[in-house]
Amino acid sequence: METRDFHVIAETGIHARPATLLVQAASKFNADVKLTYKDKSVNLKSIMGVMSLGVGQNADVTISADGDDEKEAIEALADTMKKEGLSD
Amino acid sequence: MAKELKGIAASDGVAIAKAYMLVDPDLSFDKKTIDDPDAEIKRLHDALDASKSELELIKSKASENLGEEEAEVFEAHITILSDPELIGNIEDKIKNDTVNAEQALKDVTDGFIETFEAMTDNQYMQERAGDIRDVTKRVMSHLLGVKLPNPALIDSEVVVVAHDLTPSDTAQLDRKYVKGFITDIGGRTSHSAIMSRTLEIPAVVGSEKATTAIESGDTVIIDGMHGIAIVDPSDDQVAEYEQMEKDFVAQKAEWEKLRDEKTFSKDNVHFDLAANIGTPDDIKGVLDNGAEAVGLFRSEFLYMDASELPSEDDQFEAYKKVVEGMNGKQVVVRTMDIGGDKQLPYLPLPEEMNPFLGYRAIRISLDRTDLFRTQLRALLRASAYGKLAIMFPMIATVAEFKKAKAIFEDEKQKMVKAGTKIGDDIQVGMMMEIPAAAMIADKLAKYVDFFSIGTNDLIQYSFAADRGNEKVSYLYQPYNPSLLRLIKKTIDASHAEGKWTGMCGEMAGDQTAVPILMGLGLDEFSMSATSILKTRSLMKRLDTNEMKKLAEKAVTEAETNEDVIKLVHDAIK
Repeated sequence: METRDFHVIAETGIHARPATLLVQAASKFNADVKLTYKDKSVNLKSIMGVMSLGVGQNADVTISADGDDEKEAIEALADTMKKEGLSD
Repeated sequence: MAKELKGIAASDGVAIAKAYMLVDPDLSFDKKTIDDPDAEIKRLHDALDASKSELELIKSKASENLGEEEAEVFEAHITILSDPELIGNIEDKIKNDTVNAEQALKDVTDGFIETFEAMTDNQYMQERAGDIRDVTKRVMSHLLGVKLPNPALIDSEVVVVAHDLTPSDTAQLDRKYVKGFITDIGGRTSHSAIMSRTLEIPAVVGSEKATTAIESGDTVIIDGMHGIAIVDPSDDQVAEYEQMEKDFVAQKAEWEKLRDEKTFSKDNVHFDLAANIGTPDDIKGVLDNGAEAVGLFRSEFLYMDASELPSEDDQFEAYKKVVEGMNGKQVVVRTMDIGGDKQLPYLPLPEEMNPFLGYRAIRISLDRTDLFRTQLRALLRASAYGKLAIMFPMIATVAEFKKAKAIFEDEKQKMVKAGTKIGDDIQVGMMMEIPAAAMIADKLAKYVDFFSIGTNDLIQYSFAADRGNEKVSYLYQPYNPSLLRLIKKTIDASHAEGKWTGMCGEMAGDQTAVPILMGLGLDEFSMSATSILKTRSLMKRLDTNEMKKLAEKAVTEAETNEDVIKLVHDAIK
C-alpha cells in the first residue's frame, strides 16, 4: 500500500470542480484509493464520499492506494492536487 | 378555439411557434417486492446508462451552444451517476430488501440528500443536494419510461412554457431555436424577464396559468409588447401578429439609423445613454445598440457563475475585456452586490429574516475587506486599459462611503508605489438606492464623484414593499411623486457640487419616466441595451424646457402615480 499526506491550501477546500477532477483521476486506476480526513476514510472514486467529508482549507488529509498500480495512482493524484491548487 | 392569456410584458417583439413545455412529468411510482433481484439490477443499470448517454449529449450540446462553463454542471451529474458508493448502495438495497429499482433509488438518494442538506454551515454541500435530486429525476424518468424536458436538446423553433425560468434553465436555452417564452410567475424585474431582454427574446412573465392552459405542441403567439399570449390562434390572428412583428422589425430598423448618433433633445441638450450589463459577453449587444457608455456592470455575475471565489487575475481579465471592448467609453463597475436574493455557494451567509435589509453588498465588503480589496485591486489594474469608474452599492451613510473610499485610496497608493500602471482619472461614486442616503444627498455629494440611482431597490425600500411579492406589487409605483422627490433631491444635490447623476434601474428606459427624468436634469440614463435606440428616438422629439415644466408639475402638483402618468401622456401624446 502507498500513502501520502497533503495539506489543503485551496480557500474552498476540496469542493466543486477540483473534487470532480480528483475522483475522475482516481477512477482511472485499478487500485483501491481512499481519502482520509479526521480519522474518517472514504472511497476516493466516489464523488459523494469525497464531498461528504467536507474537507476545508488547512485540512490535513491522507490519500492511500492499494493494488497493482498503487504507485502510479498516488503520483497521478498528487499531480492533480497540485495542478488544481488544492495542495502545494 | 383560441385562448388568450394575460401577463406582464417582459421583452419586446412577437414570436409565433409551437409550445415546448419545460415542466417536470409525473415521476410517482409504487413500491413493489420483486423476486428477481438480478433482473432489477439490470433495469437499474440500463436506466443509469441511458441517463449517462443523455447527459453526454446534453453536455456536448451545451458546451457547443452555450460555453464550457454552462456545460460543467452536466459533467458533475455524470460523475454522480458513475459513483461506486451510490450504485453499490442501490444494488444492495435491491438485493437485501427485494424492492424494485425505483424504491431503492429513492431510498438511497434520499439518504444522501438528507445528509448534504443537514450541513447547514456549508451552502455548497446543500446545493449539491440539488444536483443529486436532478440526477435522481433523470434516472427515475428512464426507469418509468417517461420523458424529462431537456431544453439543451431543443432543435426546432419553439416558445418555451415554464412555471419559472431559473438561471440554470436559461443557460441551456439556445437563442437560435427559442423564439419566445412565457412563465407562470415573475415580474418585470425578475431574473427571467431581465434575461429575456438581454437575449432579445420576446417574453411574457407572470401569466399565472401558462403551464396549465398550454399543452405541448400548441401553436402559441407571444406578444412581448403588450404582455399577451394567444394559444391556438385563428389564421386571422396569426396574420395580424405577423404584421405586428413586421412593424416592430421596421420600427427597429428605423431606430437602427440612430445607432451612431449621440443623444440630443429637440433643443440640443446632450444626455448620455448607457447600457447595463452582467458579463463581458454583453458588450457586443451594447455596441450594436449604440450605447454611449456602460452605466452599470454588475460584477456579482463573476462571483455567481463561479464555483469558488474569483481570483484577482480572473476579475482583472473580465474588467479589462469590458473596458477595452468599450474603446474609451466610460464603464461604471458596481462592486460586489451579493446577499439579498443573490447567494454564493462557496461563501455561506447566515440565514436572515429579512435578507434585503440584512448583510449584503457594501455591508459585506466593509466586513470582509479581504474580498473587497481583491476586487478593488483587479479594478485598479483594469483601469489602465480604458475609462473605468467604480461605484459602491447600498451606501446608507456618509461614514460607509468614506470607509469604502479610504480602502480604495489605500489600494491605489500601494499600486502607485509598486509602479503598477493604473488609469489617471478613476471616478468613485455610489448607488443611490436607500431613502436615508437620498435624504442626505447634499452631504454625500461632497465626497462622491457621482451618484447612480438604483430604482428597483429605491422603490422597494421607499414603499417598504418586497419587489418579488405579487401581493404587494401594486406598491411598485415608479412615478409616485414621493419617489420623484427623492430622485430630484439626489440630482439637485449632485449638481450643486458640480457632480453628475445617472440612473441604472429599469426606470431609466421606461418611456413614461424618461420625459420627467429629462426635466429633472438626470445626466446619464443606463438601461437594457435593447431599450437604448427606442429611448434615443423619444428624446430627440422632446424639448428640455417643456420637460422641466412637466417635471415641476409631477413633483409639486401630482398626488398619485396615476396623476403623473396622465400628466406625461397629456404632455407628449
